[in-house]
Order: sequence, then structure tokens, then C-alpha cells
Amino acid sequence: MGEIIALGIAVILLIVGFVFGSIGQSQHYRSIKIREFRLRRILLFNEKMPPAQYAGQEFTLVCGSVIMGCDYFRQMIAGLKGLFGGRLGSFEAMLDRGRREAILRMKEDAERMGANAIFNVRLETSTLSFSQQGNRKGDKGLACAELMAYGTAWRAPADADANHPQGR
Amino acid sequence: MGYDASGIKLSNIEYFPGYAITQHLGLVQGSTVRAKHVGRDFMASLKNIVGGELKGYTELLDESRQEAVDRMVAQARAVGANAVINVRFSTANIAAGAAELLAYGTAVVLEKRG
Repeated sequence: MGEIIALGIAVILLIVGFVFGSIGQSQHYRSIKIREFRLRRILLFNEKMPPAQYAGQEFTLVCGSVIMGCDYFRQMIAGLKGLFGGRLGSFEAMLDRGRREAILRMKEDAERMGANAIFNVRLETSTLSFSQQGNRKGDKGLACAELMAYGTAWRAPADADANHPQGR
Repeated sequence: MGYDASGIKLSNIEYFPGYAITQHLGLVQGSTVRAKHVGRDFMASLKNIVGGELKGYTELLDESRQEAVDRMVAQARAVGANAVINVRFSTANIAAGAAELLAYGTAVVLEKRG
């Protein structure tokens, strides 16, 4: 009897994970696309030196970070896939969403200070072993990763269009 | 989230057109080790059934990183700098449920040219 209940719970969790995970993912991607379009005028560079046009302009450190998790169903699929090797689509999607979200948060930060470019953008990923302590399920930890983006935002030069860095 | 550095300029680049670095004051750093409380941890494991962002952890790390930056800025102010350049962040797992957030950079005196 106990096994049936345990199995039933696992199946329910899988179904809940699949349904809500899919809805959440497509909603998130929709919001990412809208915001990426809105913030497209803020340019990102990972070179260190801002061009001379930015001389004397205000600058500041901007940062965006997000911790993304992967739903129960996709974790299980990834676990099975791991037996055979190859692409793990579930984790690819998780990291892609997280990284784009982190970049968007960094850009929103830059927008608030009126910047039009971010230089020396760095992307970092770290896994956090938050899981083991609070996890009641035993050895399996949470599949989650922190995605972080940071850089130095520079306010647009007075004559921004003429000196647009893209037009160099 | 922009960092509130109260008067000290922060940047992760080291060359600033239109500014001159008049004094280098050495490395400054700030770090903090944080753990989250069990309630948050439990909520996060529930949230992870459906995937997506784990807001509790994001907030926790944001707060911790701000604290690391605060400590770095306090050091910079103590040595008389007005900017910290070439800021780097790093994260390390200390134990299950605890993470160290580290921020470090070079304290300088930065002046606007001309």
C-alpha cells in the first residue's frame, strides 16, 4: 500500500512538474522576448575599453543575477538521457533562460541610470549546493544554478547618435 | 540591482576615457558567508517541482552580494579612495546550504580630466 502511495505521489509530481513547468517556460520566454526587444538600444560589449566618445561620462557597475531551477519532470528526463549521453535539452533551456534573464536585469539596471552601453560584460555561472540540507528526498539535490551578468554601464555621450559606437 | 556604494564609484574596467587615476591604493575586498533559513529552503524545493526562478535564493544572493560590496566599499573609504576599479565577483560553496560571496577590486583616486 505504501509503495502505491509513494508511486502515486511521484507520478503526480511528474505531471504537475511537466504541466506547470511547460507553462512557466513558455511564459518566461515570451516575457524575455518582449523585454529584449524593448531594451535592444542598450549595447553590450565585452571589450574593456570604452571608445573615446564616452570620455568623462558617468559610469557605474551594473549587475543582474538569477537562480534558475529545473522542474521535476525535466530533471527526470535529463537523468534518463544522462545514461545515453548527448544533449540535455532540459538543462540547456534552464541555463539559456537564466542567462538571458540575468542579462535583461543588468540592462534594466543600466536603463535606470540612462546608460546606452555596457562595457566589459562578464557572464558567470555557479552551482550552489543549497539542496542537501533542506532536501527531504535524500541524495538528490535541487538542479539549480546561479547565472550572473555584470559590467560597467556608461551614460550616452551628449551627441549620442552621431557618436554611436556602432558607427565607429 | 545596482549596488548602493554611497559616493564611491564602482566599475569592472580599468581604463576610463576622460578620467585620470591619480593614486593607486591597493586591493580592497569584502566577503560574506550566508545560509538561508529552513523555511526558505523548503519553499525552494517545492518551487523546484515546477522549475523556473527560485526567487528566495535570488534575493538571498542579491542581499549577500550587496553586503560583500558594502564591506569592500568600507575598506576603500578607509584608505581614502573615491573609486574601486576592476571589481570582480566570485562565489564559492563552503558547505551544503552555505555560500561565500566575495567582491574585490583596486581602490584608486579617480579624477575627471579637464
